[in-house]
Amino acid sequence: MKEHVITICNGTACINKDVRGLQNILEEQLVKLDLQDKVKINVSGCLGMCDKGPVMIVYPGYTIYGGVTEKDITEILQEHIINKRPISRLAIQEDNLFNRFFRIFGDTKFFGRQMRIALRNCGIIDPENIDDYIALRGYEALAKILTDMTAQDVIDEVKKSGLRGRGGGGFPTGTKWQFTADQINDQKYVICNADEGDPGAFMDRSAIEGDPHTILEGMIIGGYAIGANKGIIYIRAEYPLAIKRLEKALADAEAHCLLGKNILGSNFDFDIEIRLGAGAFVCGEETALIRSIEGRRGMPKPRPPYPSVSGLFGFPTLINNVETWANVPVVILDGGSWFSTVGTEKSKGTKVFALAGMVNNTGLIEVPMGTTLREIIYDIGGGLPNGKQLKAIQTGGPSGGCLPAEYLDTPIDYESLAKAGSIMGSGGMIVMNEDVCMVDVARFFIEFTQSESCGKCTPCREGTKRMYEILTRIIEGKGMPGDIEKLERLGSMTQKASLCGLGQSAPNPVLSTIKNFREEYEEHINEKKCRAGVCKALLNYVITEKCIGCGACKRVCPVDAIDGNKKQMHHIDNDKCIRCGMCMNTCKFGAIIKS
Amino acid sequence: MITEDNTFIDEIKNFIATKMTLPNPESNLIAVLHKVQQLYCYLPKDVIDMIAIEMNIPAAHIWGVATFYHYFNLKKPGKYIIAICLGTACYVKGSNKILEAIKEHLKIDVGQVTEDGIFSIQPARCVGACGQAPVLMIDEKIYGELTPDKAIEIIEKYRNKNNND
Repeated sequence: MKEHVITICNGTACINKDVRGLQNILEEQLVKLDLQDKVKINVSGCLGMCDKGPVMIVYPGYTIYGGVTEKDITEILQEHIINKRPISRLAIQEDNLFNRFFRIFGDTKFFGRQMRIALRNCGIIDPENIDDYIALRGYEALAKILTDMTAQDVIDEVKKSGLRGRGGGGFPTGTKWQFTADQINDQKYVICNADEGDPGAFMDRSAIEGDPHTILEGMIIGGYAIGANKGIIYIRAEYPLAIKRLEKALADAEAHCLLGKNILGSNFDFDIEIRLGAGAFVCGEETALIRSIEGRRGMPKPRPPYPSVSGLFGFPTLINNVETWANVPVVILDGGSWFSTVGTEKSKGTKVFALAGMVNNTGLIEVPMGTTLREIIYDIGGGLPNGKQLKAIQTGGPSGGCLPAEYLDTPIDYESLAKAGSIMGSGGMIVMNEDVCMVDVARFFIEFTQSESCGKCTPCREGTKRMYEILTRIIEGKGMPGDIEKLERLGSMTQKASLCGLGQSAPNPVLSTIKNFREEYEEHINEKKCRAGVCKALLNYVITEKCIGCGACKRVCPVDAIDGNKKQMHHIDNDKCIRCGMCMNTCKFGAIIKS
Repeated sequence: MITEDNTFIDEIKNFIATKMTLPNPESNLIAVLHKVQQLYCYLPKDVIDMIAIEMNIPAAHIWGVATFYHYFNLKKPGKYIIAICLGTACYVKGSNKILEAIKEHLKIDVGQVTEDGIFSIQPARCVGACGQAPVLMIDEKIYGELTPDKAIEIIEKYRNKNNND
């Protein structure tokens, strides 16, 4: 197979504009440049872009060139085919970066509703081959800023795009860049936060594994904009493949003069180093992350001073999340004004979500801001398996909340999710059906945050622990009237008095489940009942009329809680029963049920 | 003589030496601990003392860091570490039951090592394979869509592999 295909439109309009003459020249030039073995020429019928003719498309990459003239042919071969640099001057302008993905996969149901900007190359390019990335206009944004833009131009473009931090906070990215750029200091740092600790989230891992170069390109652009020469990627040690691909990408970029000293001959130097995390959720918080890079315990510091003023080793530091960095080359190449047309009024662009839990299509998706939860779960996610009913959608991981089915038509953006009592977070989205107990879920998250609390400030250390204890006793059937109110009080105190984002958001899963599923808490406490059948201590096994009195259950019961005569219906003594479920598994007649 | 096994001491010393020439050398402490764990599977006490001298960092400070991060083992783990994912997606799909089954099967608790030293169990927060939940990971290999029976089958495969080696 040949490396490139050039398709030439042979519709009437293009023929009128002498596309055939161009084809002859193209064929001559191929021979002259000794490219016959690399390029195949195809002719096609009318593409429908008649006003832009003569039109030709260069594959791979689907670059559409319009208004091609005789002298452009040599340039296309020289630049695009030999130097692997598509010519933006000739490319038809609607060719936004995300279009490539859409062109290939757009009519698949799973992808049709998606819009891939950050993940535009994931699944298309070979992540370990820098040429693949470059062929899809990779590093073109970097070349553009180094030749045509000042640092302030870059910051202004990012501001114009309306891009906001994708790590969860939603802080305007351009403003953050401006703050850091305004600091006068010879030494500044750029950090990529890839410490994706949220359980149930894998956006950053997939983004890096699928397209590591876009992160590097984003960081180099960030470094140029704020005047930094040193970048650090802080990534979880639990992601060996992502680390390996980043290392390969760094080495390749350096070999291509895209990283290191004098990048592309511009006198701009930039280095990137990888630092590994070591399994501490709190290190996703920016001040804790900085301490961890410094080789210390990852404990947050009060802000201000913000890292943009005094960050790593006391120098101004720009920290952005993986997904934010992945958006940067698009903002530069397709322009801030185009980027700001995607999404809602206050939340621009797209968001990547890790869709998981009880949904048919689990995986990674990227949708424009403003897409509703219903579209994500039913159209992209394909609904819930086994005809089960949706009970709750958890967004934002341990810092987020559980939204009930009433919120299905909530458009996804930073403000609407916050208003509904959850958060955007970094993009975990777990779908839960009626088999999930909300009190148990709340305890699951608070168990996580209390064990991940760094212990520095009392409200977080003690607040999460006490909430965990109260939830545990509710689940064990020892809940007391007033427990819900206690949880609410503790939760709001922890939110208000904690030092960092971990403590301030840790009560969210508890408070949101109380707000939206209060009746489940009340049932657990007052009626000692768990409607989902999850909380073991509140379960009762009951023998129904299907029982034929075979005695099988009686024999397996380890605590002799089952009584009954042969060939008569048996019954279970719930005071003795330890809820091991052995009887139910043994019964061949389906006579034992949980109630 | 340092620990029962000092084959890697020179390698660690060389690794530290390359880091000590960089600016802010003490910031590489976590990288050094990663290296030690990669070689020994845990952080032996004597090696920590050695790092304290080589990097000129108080041993107490190093222990502070080592205990803060979950990734570092302070005790020697089994030959195969069974990491059971207890992340949200796995949890709602029943990873707890799988953990219980494995605990019962191997007759050890989380954080313990089997008597023959082959297996130890560790909870993992999220290995990022939520699409295949519930999952477990052994030696960086991820097994997904588990049931308690499947999990035990996988463990037994490793036991056989170990016996054949």
